[in-house]
Amino acid sequence: MALYSEKVMDHFRNPRNVGVIEDANGVGTVGNAKCGDIMKMYLKIEDDIIQDVKFETFGCGSAIASSSMATELIKGKPVEDAMKLTNKAVAEALDGLPDYKMHCSVLAEEAIRAALDDYHSKSKNEK
Amino acid sequence: MIYADNAATTKMSAAAIQTMVSLMNENYGNPSSLYSLGQKAKETLEDARKTVAEAISADPREIYFTSGGSEADNQAILSAAALGRKNGKTHIVSSAFEHHAVLHTLEKLKSEGFDITLLDVHENGIVRPEEVEAAIRDDTCLVTIMYANNEIGTIQPIPEIGAICRRRGVLFHTDAVQAIGHIPVNTATDQIDMLSASAHKFHGPKGVGFLYARKGIRLTNLIEGGAQERGKRAGTENVPGIAAMATALKEAVANMADSAAAMKKQRDRLITGLKQIPHSALNGDEVRRLPGNVNFCFEGIEGESLLLLLDDKGIQASSGSACTSGSLDPSHVLLAIGRVHDVAHGSLRLSIGDDLTDEETDEIIRSVSEVVTYLRSFSPVWRDLVAGKTKFIL
Ligand SMILES: Cc1ncc(COP(=O)(O)O)c(C=O)c1O
Ligand code: FES
Repeated sequence: MALYSEKVMDHFRNPRNVGVIEDANGVGTVGNAKCGDIMKMYLKIEDDIIQDVKFETFGCGSAIASSSMATELIKGKPVEDAMKLTNKAVAEALDGLPDYKMHCSVLAEEAIRAALDDYHSKSKNEK
Repeated sequence: MIYADNAATTKMSAAAIQTMVSLMNENYGNPSSLYSLGQKAKETLEDARKTVAEAISADPREIYFTSGGSEADNQAILSAAALGRKNGKTHIVSSAFEHHAVLHTLEKLKSEGFDITLLDVHENGIVRPEEVEAAIRDDTCLVTIMYANNEIGTIQPIPEIGAICRRRGVLFHTDAVQAIGHIPVNTATDQIDMLSASAHKFHGPKGVGFLYARKGIRLTNLIEGGAQERGKRAGTENVPGIAAMATALKEAVANMADSAAAMKKQRDRLITGLKQIPHSALNGDEVRRLPGNVNFCFEGIEGESLLLLLDDKGIQASSGSACTSGSLDPSHVLLAIGRVHDVAHGSLRLSIGDDLTDEETDEIIRSVSEVVTYLRSFSPVWRDLVAGKTKFIL
């Protein structure tokens, strides 16, 4: 049996939405207290819609796959929906993760949450 | 496929497989049985003991067959501890980067009241004999230092440590699992009292190993039962496995010089090639290391991703990254030589065999550098390093 599902390996080998958004209006960086990995999310939000999302990840295969899947799940969606993204949804969309790798999907949830928080605090300041 | 994880386990040699199969087919008796089939198995068992003893310049009566390196480590340490306890000696000297079979046994003893000193292994991954000497106290019952480290391959000054222990009257055990069959080990000139070895690290079968214990050292049983192994390790002997181990060891010792020379050549080519990758560093002493061991850290990347992508390119290797361990702790070996967590994260161990070709070595170097460059291209850690927001360590 392979360590990861086909879906995880697909997103790991061909991560979607990798990179940086230069004019992002929401950026979040989180670190994993357990293994020390780091994930960074860039959001471009217009009219409360996530027009674009990109990520950078320093981490294991499931961390990279989770970041990739998480960006896919929120791209083009209203901010409100993105706020509700859970690590469970990310893991499920990946056809599951090994138990001891569930925290990698938590990292993705937290990175998106952090980027959305950054967006909210910035847009509040503008008002 | 390029298999570069021989420190994890090796492929069995053809001769060892043949020994094993022919024993299973024809010589399947129980060595404790008195009829001829049993006695034939007994003879095979004792021949294997002789072969193993010769390989490390010991007496056959000093060899106890076990289920592998872990069992031998446990039995050696627990035996020394039992002897020490009887004499009111409850201090043990070891090193910070021993295998967990040693470290976890020492932790257990600590919880039972033993005092454990773990010596520094310094930046080069080598224990200093003078620090062993200084650590020995009146109540020291054991010094246990591995012959060569399983992750970074550094070879320890075993003859020097052996001489110190002999002079100070302290038992000396060495976990030689990574050394046996790869570099010369001589229990007499090295002045070793106890030694652990494991067959699957030298092209023998898994689940078989041995403990060498110098005459006069009273062993404590881990497994009670029948009178096998001179009453020190119960259970019907794994004759096919033991005999195959002896075949593999004999072969390894006979080919040692050629095999080591071939591996050293490729090892050094790998080291030279991988050093070209910016912000990388070799782990452990460059010269005093096992002929087949290469271990690097690459800043800004994580090891599990590296391994998975190398696997896609047909290269099998290992890493000390926290993400590759079930416990999510980075390698204690890399931390022990002073690599910080972030750097230990990007580690790669290549433990090569003696059949690696020039072309394969070039392919490894090319693949590793491609994958490292790719992973760095979307690593936020690397971005900050390049932007000067954080400082390069390597
Ligand atoms: C240095 C060292 N000691 C002990 C062991 C354990 O040996 P075994 O797998 O035979 O129990 C290993 C192998 O993993 C090792 O590398
Ligand atoms: S991010 Fe380290 S284990 Fe997944």
